[in-house]
Amino acid sequence: MKILVCISHVPDTTSKINFKDNDTQFDTNGVQFIINPNDEFGLTRAMWFKEQQSATVDVITVGDVSVEPTLRKALAIGADKAFRVDMNPKDGFEVAKQLATIAQEEAYDLIIAGRESIDYNGGMVPGMLAELIGANFVNNCIKLTVEDNQISAEREIDGGKEILSTSFPLVIGGQKGLVEESDLRIPNMRGIMMARQKPLEVKEAIQTEVKTTTNKFEKPAPKGAITMVDKDNLDELIKLLHNEAKVI
Amino acid sequence: MSILIYAETQNGSFSKSAFELASYARALANEMDTSVTAVAVKPTDPKAIELYGVNKVLQVNNPSLTTFNAKSYAEVISQAAQASNSSVVLLSTSADSKFLAPLLAIKLKASYASNVVALPMSLDPFVVKRTVFTNKAYGMTELSGDRRLISLSKNAFGLVEQAVSAEVEVFEPSISESTQSVTGVDKASDKVTIADAEVVVSAGRGLKGPENWGMIETLAEVLGAATACSKPVSDMGWRSHGEHVGQTGKPVAANLYIAIGISGAIQHLAGINSSKVKVVINTDPEAPFFKAADYGVVGDAFEVVPALIEKLKVFKSQNS
Repeated sequence: MKILVCISHVPDTTSKINFKDNDTQFDTNGVQFIINPNDEFGLTRAMWFKEQQSATVDVITVGDVSVEPTLRKALAIGADKAFRVDMNPKDGFEVAKQLATIAQEEAYDLIIAGRESIDYNGGMVPGMLAELIGANFVNNCIKLTVEDNQISAEREIDGGKEILSTSFPLVIGGQKGLVEESDLRIPNMRGIMMARQKPLEVKEAIQTEVKTTTNKFEKPAPKGAITMVDKDNLDELIKLLHNEAKVI
Repeated sequence: MSILIYAETQNGSFSKSAFELASYARALANEMDTSVTAVAVKPTDPKAIELYGVNKVLQVNNPSLTTFNAKSYAEVISQAAQASNSSVVLLSTSADSKFLAPLLAIKLKASYASNVVALPMSLDPFVVKRTVFTNKAYGMTELSGDRRLISLSKNAFGLVEQAVSAEVEVFEPSISESTQSVTGVDKASDKVTIADAEVVVSAGRGLKGPENWGMIETLAEVLGAATACSKPVSDMGWRSHGEHVGQTGKPVAANLYIAIGISGAIQHLAGINSSKVKVVINTDPEAPFFKAADYGVVGDAFEVVPALIEKLKVFKSQNS
């Protein structure tokens, strides 16, 4: 089984979000970057395929040289090889096009991406990639098993889950559930040393059309003052929710 | 020319998000001086959506669409977009619509923006406002090309009635064979889902253990609400992942979000930012959640929640 894990390099979940240059760009000053959490669940699931079912695991990201520490971390966790497509993408479509090019060259059985990145939340890269390369696609994937080419996947739906039977080539948009939070791996010293020797191939980007551009940002208006209600006067809370907020 | 919406149905009835999409499409159609077409799979009462300004309903009855298949549904919507010559296609942010949206964008060669929260800021260039950084900010996104796909965040626009008379047409798209199929569905039919709920009751570590969720379920029942939880609660296995709200869990865009025993980590607050009214109940007056909420009660959940349930029952009996 030949697996590709798509990694997005995103601000840590605790980051305070600020913009610069007249709110046209995300301000990375003081921001710690991590492997996108949805991708990290997928990377860990790929490690299990490697250890239990002899899969090979490549990782890929689209970005400039500043994203390489995130790729090295993925190699330190246990991926065999990394690709970096050298460009700063404008939107999810551009990323999907770049990934599709490598995916077709390398002919992967399984491509694991996160259901969305926690920075721009487009939620489109895995599905677009699947459609571009003609692969099957399971979004919000919370479980995946492969036995004798029988592939079973579970998908989170509104209010429950759905079980699917599918086949390779397959792209999934993964999330928590593929593995648990406690299964995530912190690279050890040996892994970090080995990662330095592993191949990290830089690919030239292909030209694509630009579908969307986002070059203006704003932050939500500051929250108004809270109304405190005494715990012994809950009738007041109900009155406020009914008459003032009009939500009950 | 038209604007196309994919109007989702549940057991044949249009979902609330379908009516919200129709409302949005009608307002946009008024600006663009065009009509609104809806494509729907097996609606029992297709004309029900005319109340929200839909001029034409393409009713699809193919038997193969009985269970959801993202690829097939994307084919249906894609062909409906061609047939109605639609330059703008609108989807909701349900799990199914988010699943099929990127497939549809490629099929239509459309530019695509998800999590849109308002009508376009301008039509030429076509710029929409969407949430980014998991509700910590907004981005203004320009969609190029002559076909645009937008998914509208739940509860961002609301329902606006503008009745017209809709023409219903049976639409027969061609659907290709799929090598992927649904083999089972596990869904509690009697529970309100977080995606559909107007009110969400959410609880955190302050509840001390999964055995104490009875009162949360009861409070949710009294309010007709969905239940949700914080990340630590789902990580410890007290509640299922499906209830986890926050940056790596689900977003909640409810009218009312009640947080009980949740301190309010930045990742959690991001996830609920789109909810309209937030109530926090916590023993710790210094909990960060009090800075992000509209109404607050400092008190022990084990005293406040049962008392609130009793008072709400009285309120509901007097106001129904």
